[in-house]
Amino acid sequence: MNSATNSGRALPRTGRALPRAGRALPWALVTPALGWTLLFFVLPFVAMGFSSLTAHDGSGFTLANYSQFFTNPAYWQAMVNSLQVTAIVTVISVLLAYPFAWILAEQVPERWQRLALMLAVLPFWTSYVVRSYSWLLVLAQNGVINRALTGSGLFSEPLQLANTRLATVIGFVHFFVMLLTLTIFANLKQLSPSYRKAAADLGAGPVRTFLHVVLPLTLPGIMVGAFLTFVLCIGDYITPQILGGNNELLMPQLVMMQIGRRGDFPLASALSIILMAVVTIAYLASARWLKIERA
Amino acid sequence: MRALVRIVSWFYAVAIYGFIFLPVVVLVLFSLQATSFPIPPFTGPSLRWYNAVLADTRLTSALINSLLVAALSSAAAVTLGFLSAWGFARFALPGSALLRGLITLPLTVSYLIIGMGLLVLFNWAGIPKSLLAAGIGHVVINLPLCFAIIYSQMGDHQINIERAARDLGAPEWKVLLLITVPVMAPAIFAGFFLSMTFSWDEFVISFLLTRFDTTLPVEIWNLLRSGLNPKTNAVGSLVFAVSIVLVVFFELMLLRRKPT
Repeated sequence: MNSATNSGRALPRTGRALPRAGRALPWALVTPALGWTLLFFVLPFVAMGFSSLTAHDGSGFTLANYSQFFTNPAYWQAMVNSLQVTAIVTVISVLLAYPFAWILAEQVPERWQRLALMLAVLPFWTSYVVRSYSWLLVLAQNGVINRALTGSGLFSEPLQLANTRLATVIGFVHFFVMLLTLTIFANLKQLSPSYRKAAADLGAGPVRTFLHVVLPLTLPGIMVGAFLTFVLCIGDYITPQILGGNNELLMPQLVMMQIGRRGDFPLASALSIILMAVVTIAYLASARWLKIERA
Repeated sequence: MRALVRIVSWFYAVAIYGFIFLPVVVLVLFSLQATSFPIPPFTGPSLRWYNAVLADTRLTSALINSLLVAALSSAAAVTLGFLSAWGFARFALPGSALLRGLITLPLTVSYLIIGMGLLVLFNWAGIPKSLLAAGIGHVVINLPLCFAIIYSQMGDHQINIERAARDLGAPEWKVLLLITVPVMAPAIFAGFFLSMTFSWDEFVISFLLTRFDTTLPVEIWNLLRSGLNPKTNAVGSLVFAVSIVLVVFFELMLLRRKPT
């Protein structure tokens, strides 16, 4: 929030800063956190890796859980669905959020901006489960939208909106428009006004200034936001389960199904690891666009 | 041209605000429904469903569980995060960058996978499902966050104050408690507050790691099985109200700190 970011990190002062402290103190400070991470994050991951290589009936090691994913079209389809939904959600959310963030940053008077932004992300603070349920209320067979459509005589029959991919996408977009508005707004505000002045001095109109100066300078921030959207979206279980239903499964639903209905931990572990591998590949592929800098 | 941009901007902003608020308005409105279905036409206002929520001991005990898990796991996360941030910011440790990377690593993994891993581990170790297990998971997701926030706020000028205290003869624990903690209070508070909100709202880890005693999001999930129900609207609206109060409180705290 303030001072610490503008100077470099004040690091090695060991000997001089701490004349009386031995080497034990620093380790005593960092060991609890490291231990916690090793014990409850790294070790579970190793356990999951092991589990994914065992057979469900406990008969030794096998690669069957992984090969199932590639041979069973239903599993494969879940990954395809996940990637499609995530891609659609990411693109729509960025396209909706960018102009909105721009309006908040450029058109709303300075003194109202904080309030406008707070309002724009207020529903963020409803519980995640409740937020998806609220969309179910809106999209249900006899919900608000269908009542409005049939009531106004536009449609005679209610539309099937809930339990579709469309519902999942709407639920996700709602969440990520708020998230991306926050990040893009912060990006736009960080832009020094002198860039815009310089562009104006050199004779560029508002449109050209935006296209050639503002947009390229905010692009790295957009990429970071888009990546965040990708990661959070592809790993989410709640929204597709509540809004999409079971007509079409996404990866997290498939994973949960293995645990819930069948108690098949090895297969669930293998599917989780595959899902994580896809996220890692996406990260590596986009790493050069994601130069996350400390300002 | 300018005027046109303004008008289009207005329409666009109103449309997006409408989209953002539509589900929340529907949620709160039909929580006041007098009849048994939260669908149009509106028959309220009535507080019938709020009474039903408060009379439901499963929901009220889940609410208390949620608050307990959130408070305790956030306290643990912020303590571990603060101590390690202090250690890494003040001392040159071998492999520091790597170890810091390890602490922040859980931020890059989805909750589902963290919960799955813990489920498999606890299952093997014979640790039963419980609120404690869920709390452990919440520390895993919030520790990196607390660490990152506090570590990024440890700058030069705090080091100098600490050094002054040491020069004046303060032992290390006194420096920590009387100097570092008060100076870092805003970052510690921010870490704790964020952890609270994440833990309060966390679903998948609690869903996987608890059984009978559970947290509010999981209990709300169980309510969803009964389909659309104004009771779910009421409990959802209550959760929303609690969050809003917290956010406004946090915002006011920040605003008050600003001038200094």
